[in-house]
Order: sequence, then C-alpha cells, then structure tokens
Amino acid sequence: MSETLVSVQDMKVHFPIKRGVFFDRTVGHVYAVDGVDLEIKRGETYGLVGESGCGKSTLGRAMLRLNEPTGGKMIFDGQDFSSLKGEDLRKMRRRIQMVFQDPLSSLDPRQSVESILVEGLRAHDLDKGKEETGKRLRELLSAVGLPSTALRKYPHEFSGGQRQRIGIARALALNPDLIVADEPVSALDVSVQAQVVNLLEELQEQFGLTYLVIAHDLAVVKHISDRVGVMYLGGLVEEATSEDLYAEPLHPYTRALLSAIPVPDPVVEDRRERILLAGDLPSPANPPSGCRFHTRCPWRQQTRCDTERPALRELKPGHKVACHWAEQIQSGEIQPHEVKPILVEEDDGISPDVPLVGPASVTEALNP
Amino acid sequence: MALLEVRDLTVVFQRKGEEPFRAVDGVSFDVEPGQTVGLVGESGCGKSVTSLAIMGLLPKRGAKITGTVRYDGTDLLKLSDKEMRDRRGRDLGMVFQDPLSSLNPVVPIGLQVTEVLERHRGMPRKEAMIEAKDLLDKVGIPDPNRRLKEYPHQLSGGMRQRALIAIALACRPKLLIADEPTTALDVTIQAQILSLMKELVQDLGTALVMITHDLGVVAGLCDEVNVLYGGKVVEKAMRHKLFAEPRHPYTHGLLASIPRLDAAPGEKLTPIKGSVADNIPWSQGCAFAPRCPNALDVCVQVTPAEEDQLGRLLRCHNPVVPGTPAAEEVPV
Ligand SMILES: Nc1ncnc2c1ncn2[C@@H]1O[C@H](COP(=O)(O)OP(=O)(O)OP(=O)(O)O)[C@@H](O)[C@H]1O
Ligand SMILES: Nc1ncnc2c1ncn2[C@@H]1O[C@H](COP(=O)(O)OP(=O)(O)OP(=O)(O)O)[C@@H](O)[C@H]1O
Ligand code: SF4
Ligand code: SF4
Ligand SMILES: [Mg+2]
Ligand SMILES: [Mg+2]
Repeated sequence: MSETLVSVQDMKVHFPIKRGVFFDRTVGHVYAVDGVDLEIKRGETYGLVGESGCGKSTLGRAMLRLNEPTGGKMIFDGQDFSSLKGEDLRKMRRRIQMVFQDPLSSLDPRQSVESILVEGLRAHDLDKGKEETGKRLRELLSAVGLPSTALRKYPHEFSGGQRQRIGIARALALNPDLIVADEPVSALDVSVQAQVVNLLEELQEQFGLTYLVIAHDLAVVKHISDRVGVMYLGGLVEEATSEDLYAEPLHPYTRALLSAIPVPDPVVEDRRERILLAGDLPSPANPPSGCRFHTRCPWRQQTRCDTERPALRELKPGHKVACHWAEQIQSGEIQPHEVKPILVEEDDGISPDVPLVGPASVTEALNP
Repeated sequence: MALLEVRDLTVVFQRKGEEPFRAVDGVSFDVEPGQTVGLVGESGCGKSVTSLAIMGLLPKRGAKITGTVRYDGTDLLKLSDKEMRDRRGRDLGMVFQDPLSSLNPVVPIGLQVTEVLERHRGMPRKEAMIEAKDLLDKVGIPDPNRRLKEYPHQLSGGMRQRALIAIALACRPKLLIADEPTTALDVTIQAQILSLMKELVQDLGTALVMITHDLGVVAGLCDEVNVLYGGKVVEKAMRHKLFAEPRHPYTHGLLASIPRLDAAPGEKLTPIKGSVADNIPWSQGCAFAPRCPNALDVCVQVTPAEEDQLGRLLRCHNPVVPGTPAAEEVPV
C-alpha cells in the first residue's frame, strides 16, 4: 500500500482576470491553486477539504488536465502526465476518471444509460462486440447496484442517488486506477448519501481503486478517507491521516473548521467549544500577504504571519502543517485572541482603474 | 397559550390535470417565546411550504390551506393580505435560504433596513440610519457605514445572509422563521450565523422556528424537534430525548446514515434504502413503508395515527425499541 500512484508537484492554476472592451487586458489573476504538493498512494483514499472557492475543484481538474495548469506537474504511475501528448495522453486518460457533483448536468439527457456507457468504452477502444460489451454493461450496473433494465432508460428517469450510480458506472467502465470524485454526495439527500459512500467503499475494495475525494463536508471526508488535505485559499494548510487530523488538528484553520461542524448529538453539542472565525474568506484574486489565513487567524503573531508564507512542513511523521507557530500553538504557549472582521470585497478585489502590476503569485514574490 | 400554535396545518396543491398533492398534511406544533423549534427532514418533505403557509406567502391560486395558525391568539390564516403584510414586518420575521432572492437588488442594504425601521417602528430617518448601522454591526458585518450604501450583489453570501437577519431583526420580531438560513454557506460562516441566532433567542426572547435538513444544526440549536416525512410529522420530542433514543424508523435511519465527525475509525454507515420517490401515499398506509426495515403488513394497509409515548409523539405501527441494534444493513 505504500507505492505512490500520484505525485502532484508545485501545482499552480492562475486564471487571468480580463477587462477592457474586448476582454483583452489582463488586470490580475485569480490564484485558484497556488503551489500544491501532494502524494496519493495506490489503493488509498485521499480527501481534499476546504471551503467554497478554496480551489479544490480547480486542483482536481488541473490534475486531469481539464484545466491546463499554470505551473507544476503531476506524475502518474511514474510518468509525467502533465507533458503527455496525443496518443500517450489519450491512453493515460483512461486510467484517471472523474465523478461529478451533479450527476444530472454531467450526463447527456438525450442519451440512454446504455449509450452513455458504450460511448466511454468506444472512445478507448474497449467496445469488443455486442455480446461482450453487453455482458460488461450488465456487470457494471450490478456493481453499482442498478438493475440491467436501467440500460434502456434515460437520466431523468432516475433519482439523484441512482444518477450518481450511473456516473460512477461510467467512470468504472474504463477500468481506471484513479477516480477523482468532486463532491460526489453533496447534491444528494442525507438518507441517500450513505448509499453512495458505501458503494464507493465497496468498489474500492473490489477493484483496488485509488480515490481522490473532494468535498466541503469534513465529516464525509473523514469517514471515507485514509488521509486528508485541508485547503485554504489555493494552498494546502494541513495534511494528516483522517484520525490524526481529527484527534490533533495542528493548523488554526483546521481547528476552527473542525469546531464549526455540527455533530448530530445534543450532548456533544452542548459541551463543545467553538472557535468562531471573524469575517469572510478573502478573495483568491487578492490573497493576503504572508500566511493567507492571517486576516482571520485567532493565533496570529506580530511577526512573520503577515510577511512570510509558511511552507507545508512535517511536524510529526505523516502530519504536515503550514503554520509558523504550530509548535507553540500546540503546546499552549501561544493563546488565541479576538479578531476583528475585516472587509472583503465581493468583486474580484481589483478595481478596474488600478491595473495590478507585480508578481503573478505570492510564491513568485518570495522566491524571485 | 403558546405564542405560535400551528394546528393541523394542511396544504394541498391543485395543478391543472393533476391529482391534488398534499405537500403538508396535518402538521401541528407550538413555539413559546425564547424557544427554538426545529422542523427537519429531507428534500420535498414540506418544510418550506409549512413556513410559507404560516407567513401567508403561498400563492392564493392552486394552494388550499386548512387548519389554524394562531399567533398571540389571532388565526393568521384568516387575516387579509394587507393585515398579513403588516404583521410580517412587525411581529413575524423570516430568513430564507437564498438571501439574494429575498433582498431587493436595486435598493442599497441600508435603505432596506431603515425602511423597516421607519415603517414598523415609526423612527425618523436619521435615527433609523444610526440604528441600521448598529444592527449591521451587531450581526457582524464589518465597516457597516460603508456597507449601508452598498447593493446586495456587492456583498458575499455570508454577508447577505447577515444583512437579511439584520432586516428581520430591525422590526424586533417576536417570532422568527428561518428556512435553511445557513445551507448555502460555508461551515465557518454557518457557525457565526447560528451563534448569532442563539443570542437572539436568549437575549431578546425571540421565538424561533428553525427549518433545516441538517440534524447536526438541530442537535445544537433546537429545544423541540419535529421530524417530517412526506408532509407529516412522524416524530416529535425534545432534542435530548430524540437524539438519545430515536424511535421512529425514519429518524433512526437518518441518524445511522450520517457520518459523525466524532465517530470511531472504521465505523460503517447504515443507509436507508431507496429514496423518497418510493413513497406510497399516506392515505394507503405509511408513506415510509417501502423504505422501512421495520415494516409490517399493517403498514401498507392502515395509516399510522399519531400517538403520545411518554412526552414523545410518534406516528408508527412498529417503532424502534430502544437499546436494540440498528436494523439490518440494507443491500445497496
Ligand atoms: N474557469 C475559471 N475562470 C476564472 N476563475 C475561476 C475559474 N474556475 C474557478 N475559478 C475561481 O477559482 C477559485 C477556486 O474555485 P474552485 O471551483 O476550484 O473552488 P472549490 O474549492 O471547488 O469551491 P466549491 O466548494 O465552491 O466547489 C474561485 O475563486 C473560482 O471563482
Ligand atoms: N407552489 C407549489 N406548487 C406545487 N407544488 C409545490 C409548490 N411548492 C412546493 N411544492 C411541492 O411540495 C412539496 C414540499 O415542498 P417544500 O418546498 O416544502 O419541500 P422542503 O421540505 O422545503 O424541501 P427542500 O429541503 O428541498 O427545501 C414538494 O414536493 C414540492 O414539489
Ligand atoms: S502562520 Fe500565523 S496567521 Fe498563519 S496560521 Fe499560523 S499563527 Fe495563524
Ligand atoms: S408505520 Fe410501519 S412502515 Fe411506517 S415507519 Fe412505522 S414500521 Fe415503518
Ligand atoms: Mg468545487
Ligand atoms: Mg425548502
């Protein structure tokens, strides 16, 4: 289980912000993903959590090359996936599949389930004649818990949970090594979420799959993942096994996030202490200097926090954190204090009259 | 007598060429000042329709409302549109899931707050401006002076929701109905808003009806909880009782199917089989029967009646016996 399947190295995705009559002037960038390193081992589930807009989906899409990264690369099973072209890229693509949040918008409403599934097979020359393909389709449906009569039906004839099963069958059809699931259960009713979570777990066992599960619900991610990465404004702030992360969160943001998640148990809820963060998430187009969390961090210090971007470093075996003061916070030497909320601009943080000049990223500014 | 008494509230939608649809089917609950009552259930169980019916916001055509909604002794369902509009600004406040659709997009936030203050509390403009600034400050909006002049689209989702709460607070409502007020927000923002609502109830004695699908939110906030399924309350109890010993198979199933942050590693989830699409009509038995691990033959023949079981209301022929393990895991 220790063989590395995926290695993401200094991944960056910066979206240009265009202005002007012809949208021909670049006035700044959205630093959606800004220097992420992570490794996923074969057979494990890596969970990526963080709040809306922190760059989770963009990172997932960049790994699949659905967005071309601005910088960095992904090594997949020993090969540099980022530089593959043509036939090699197409071949490798089969091995990495994606499951989306909203199954309805990711399934063509005019195609029957059969044609949705066969289409994927054909694109990768896996359609081996009527009989064999028919057998394969029935296997797939049974693996995701749908009757074979589903083949002739259309996506709208299914409930949300069933549609998600179709999406999973489509990904599974190509015998992938890695499945990137972006919010696979967040559009589903609570009572149905567990069906899909359990299905993903069973399929992993059955087919030896590796998962990258992206979700904003930390309880779901903790349940399903072996290891978890916490993102804030385009960067990883903490990474640990899901047990360690829950038992001993080291980053102030992770602490706040964990303390904010409601637990369906009044006894626990009454006892809990919440770390309430002040204000909103800053705009990724105009990220705070230094530690990106410093504008909301209750442990923020006078030095370093607003000037120096903390690197992700290993504090204990397998437990990484990006905070200058993690040791002192953990030992209690540094205590939290009150934070006044600061104003966050809802537009992209860039006034059209003041064109942004300067480095394309904070990391660039730090290492010229 | 409670501040709000909802009795047998029923909403039937009649669309052309379709069977009448009972979205809310005999719902009853009380809310006292300083108390929070939760309505919880999954998508389509009638939570929003219940709140809209109470607030008099359902379309007049196509929706037949029966039952009573007594507020401070007056049946709100019998009031004229004008009387209801008056009440809504003054005694009854409401916060919706999507703040953008309930804020006026072309009026600055400040004006939307001061308007309420002028109309319902008869404040002169100047005084209202000062009060509005205080309100925005109170709900945690930074730089309120500047925000007063801005339009809803210039605020983030969390700030808009706060602005909406500020507007609801402006009239110092005795009753506040919050329909999924935090569902669209991030958890750290949700925590801020929920703590604000708690303060409201504790400090001002506001009566709060909290509508959500999140059992975690209910566990921390509500005194009494109503679990809805297919338009009916299937279980009602005080929160500690409900969560410690869920007796209705649906409540029980919901709790077994959500991953808990504090669960032991490797703990399995037990989903409820099927989806709400499998329901049968209540007129034929129990709507939950096709999904229920406890179902008996009688469940598809006789509609279960609401029974009082030691301070807990239950609508079930074969409730879960406390202390027994969760029902067999259903095949997925
Ligand atoms: N194609 C694009 N062009 C410009 N900006 C983009 C684009 N795609 C995403 N962004 C921006 O990049 C940031 C990260 O977005 P992303 O969708 O990755 O976030 P996320 O963590 O997946 O959030 P959510 O939980 O809401 O799905 C956001 O500020 C978003 O607005
Ligand atoms: N104006 C309407 N006309 C006809 N049917 C309606 C109308 N409004 C709601 N319904 C139906 O009534 C049922 C209950 O809807 P309601 O909006 O109360 O659900 P909800 O519990 O609030 O769900 P959600 O969690 O998705 O918000 C649904 O089946 C819905 O389709
Ligand atoms: S580096 Fe400073 S601001 Fe950032 S998380 Fe650590 S203490 Fe907080
Ligand atoms: S009445 Fe029957 S079907 Fe309905 S919840 Fe109770 S046991 Fe299950
Ligand atoms: Mg996303
Ligand atoms: Mg609703």
